[in-house]
Amino acid sequence: MITRDRTLLVWAILVLATLASWTIGDDHLTHRQNVVAPTVIAIAFIKVRFVGLQFMELREAPLLLRAAFEAYVAVAALVLIVLYLAY
Amino acid sequence: MTTLREAPSPTKREGHIPGEPGLWIMLLGDMVVFAVFFGTILVLRGRHPELILSSQPALHQGLGVTNTLVLLTSSLLVANGVRLARARDARAPRLFLGALACAVVFAGIKAIEYTDLGTNGHSPGTNDFFTYYFVFTGIHLGHVVLGSVGLIVASRLARSTHTGRNRDSWLEGIACFWHLVDLLWIVLFALLYLVH
Repeated sequence: MITRDRTLLVWAILVLATLASWTIGDDHLTHRQNVVAPTVIAIAFIKVRFVGLQFMELREAPLLLRAAFEAYVAVAALVLIVLYLAY
Repeated sequence: MTTLREAPSPTKREGHIPGEPGLWIMLLGDMVVFAVFFGTILVLRGRHPELILSSQPALHQGLGVTNTLVLLTSSLLVANGVRLARARDARAPRLFLGALACAVVFAGIKAIEYTDLGTNGHSPGTNDFFTYYFVFTGIHLGHVVLGSVGLIVASRLARSTHTGRNRDSWLEGIACFWHLVDLLWIVLFALLYLVH
């Protein structure tokens, strides 16, 4: 159910996730990028999924549309992390 | 005498497409195009890590993070605006106008960033990193402008007295486009500002 309280909670999670990735993506951790960068990318796509499922209301969408969105999130995140680590 | 029971709503079982199906082909297509942009940034990093490390400090992470929070807040306002508009709540238009104010703040901060970079001698022609930075954030800013026009339309549609056909569907479509603007920025911000 898309409710005001749940939407507000998701917004709060997204704000905290933004501040978390900003903190761990900060310059003083540059030497640990093999861990930091994939984490930052993963957090970004977890946020994207929240935006899609809650704000775009895809949680209540037909399976095909929701699956297309979920597939995009999973494949894009995976490809970008592999691209970062392997390239 | 038998009592007629209300049939279960088909939208509960089969799901409800926000906006309309054609819109989603455009939205998902746009997401795929941006996924190529995202990959291009990481390919550049793989080939020229030193270029990223020397160019990225010119960007202001604080302004990038502020803009991320501004767009997240605009998305919250739009999501609640759609919910209130469906309920014919008179406050709905104000939420879309609030989101529009966020869009203006976002564009203003972007203008400050562009001006600051320009003042310090960084332009799209400086190197590949700045080419990508200006082109990708510029295309995104174009989405912000288009979405802002949508928000103005939505603020009128959301009036509780509006009786036009497909009102809710139009509102959902405009809202989803706006959430796309938010969603694309989340990844652009991570890749351009945070990933070294």
